[in-house]
Amino acid sequence: MDEALLTVIWVTLKLAGVTTFWLLLLGTPLAWWLSRQHSRFGAAIEAVVALPLVLPPTVLGFYLLIAMAPDAALGQTWERLSGERLAFSFPALVIGSVLYSLPFVVQPLQAAFSQLPKPLLEAAATLGANPIDQFRSVVLPLTRRSFVLAGSLGFAHTVGEFGVVLMIGGNIPGETQVLSTALYDRVESLQFDQAHQMAAGLVVFSLVLLYALYRSNGWRLSR
Amino acid sequence: MNLLHLDLRVQRGDNFSLKLSCELSSTGVTALYGPSGSGKTTVLSCVNGLLNPDAGSRIALAEEVWFGNGTCTPPWRRGVGTVFQDARLFPHLSVDGNLSYAERRQFRAPPYSREQVEQWLDLHALLNHFPHQLSAGQAQRVAIGRALLSGPRLLALDEPLANLDRAARQPILGALQHIARESEVPILYVSHEIEEVTRLADDLLLLRAGTLEAHGPLLELCGRLDTALSEEEQAAAVLEGEVTEHEAEFGLSTLTIDGQVLYLAADNNPEGLRRRVRIPARDVSICRSRPTDSSILNILPATLVEMAPSGGAHMLLRLRLTEQHLLARITRKSAAQLQLVPGDQVFAQVKSAALLPGDRL
Repeated sequence: MDEALLTVIWVTLKLAGVTTFWLLLLGTPLAWWLSRQHSRFGAAIEAVVALPLVLPPTVLGFYLLIAMAPDAALGQTWERLSGERLAFSFPALVIGSVLYSLPFVVQPLQAAFSQLPKPLLEAAATLGANPIDQFRSVVLPLTRRSFVLAGSLGFAHTVGEFGVVLMIGGNIPGETQVLSTALYDRVESLQFDQAHQMAAGLVVFSLVLLYALYRSNGWRLSR
Repeated sequence: MNLLHLDLRVQRGDNFSLKLSCELSSTGVTALYGPSGSGKTTVLSCVNGLLNPDAGSRIALAEEVWFGNGTCTPPWRRGVGTVFQDARLFPHLSVDGNLSYAERRQFRAPPYSREQVEQWLDLHALLNHFPHQLSAGQAQRVAIGRALLSGPRLLALDEPLANLDRAARQPILGALQHIARESEVPILYVSHEIEEVTRLADDLLLLRAGTLEAHGPLLELCGRLDTALSEEEQAAAVLEGEVTEHEAEFGLSTLTIDGQVLYLAADNNPEGLRRRVRIPARDVSICRSRPTDSSILNILPATLVEMAPSGGAHMLLRLRLTEQHLLARITRKSAAQLQLVPGDQVFAQVKSAALLPGDRL
């Protein structure tokens, strides 16, 4: 494998890893809150979270691009805080990916949280466990599988995204070029050998990951 | 000495309202007794903090206010070890893990050891099991042990035996009697089973439709004529006495109550042990003079204290032995023929008396 390809793989994995970290960090409290309330406002938030499932990624990418422009609020704030431009940078990719993959993390976690028996948490409370302790000692162990599922889906979906990355990343090699956009590049410039490598690699990676997930779920059901 | 001050108001829609104030004793077992829907569990949930009563209510343990005056202490800072109707064991932890969960979060160091708790509830053989491998009775034993190991200031049990069959109840009731005596932890016990209550309770709170009907020592309340306990067929007095003698020849034992002797079916309790006996009012009849040719062994001189109508054709009488009271349920016709009035000296014939099972010794 040549160095350019290795760089693309590295950027892709780094993006997926960092994105998954933020997805779990932000998605967990959001999913918890959504699972505990049934207001109209909650339904609206659920709809917003689910939006990337139905919207063309280019729509999200377009609005993000506008928000990240140096003269827009988000772009300006970022530049003031970090001293760097947001548009076409790696952090911009992370922000876009987190938004785009959010439903893949929030939905399985929300489902798991709402199935969790509340009486167990009440029992924990009477035994002296405060809410954070309850989450750590009862919720987490009982929903571990859903966290694995949510994390894997978030990771895989980030590796597989294209539209948002292309719109806000700018496809800069070594910085914002990931496998999906690099593949598009190679095809454009008729480098079919490299395109084959990347495409086949992505197919195998996705298949192995999904197979592992389904297998572990099947194992749980049959136990 | 009073431990728990309750002044509760709870309104839930139009169907349910609860309004009561009382002070619970800081020692022994206080039973909350009443029919389903009378608000027993609501009271208990206000005590352990899982339910907040309406504004204006007040809950305080000794000097510490848990609810009221703008304070609301969350359940995890109250130290009310709770046993629910369903055991609510953590499914991802073994029995050992469930016990350690409580031990690690101990509210205070309890005056008993983990070893003792495991022994009281016979948990040794279960430690490596997981909750889904336990029977309902075993799970409930673990739940009681878990609550004890949390080092509670008060142990609250919410109908802990309601989901168990009769055979599974007996050993747990025995263990609870033992725990009530040994653990030094005051117990609040919710139940609608009179048998559990008469075996365990020192004090009784009688609830009816969200209000407090009566509150006092169990033996005293059981002898009253004006509570739900004395209604119709179920009226029964509970008396305490000392096992004095065994007549193996006849298969009988004697229990001395207020200096008088009561014959019971033989049991193997050692002499000198204090036991409770339950005497249904319908098994007690009255004579003006001591019968000399009756087949009934138990004939006790008593003073008629009080009479009240019970159902259409009956009267319920309260009779004092020396300090403790018997109930008798006779027809109104008999009462009229005997011309009974309070203050009369009579003889109570007790047809049967059932010793309430004691704990394991």
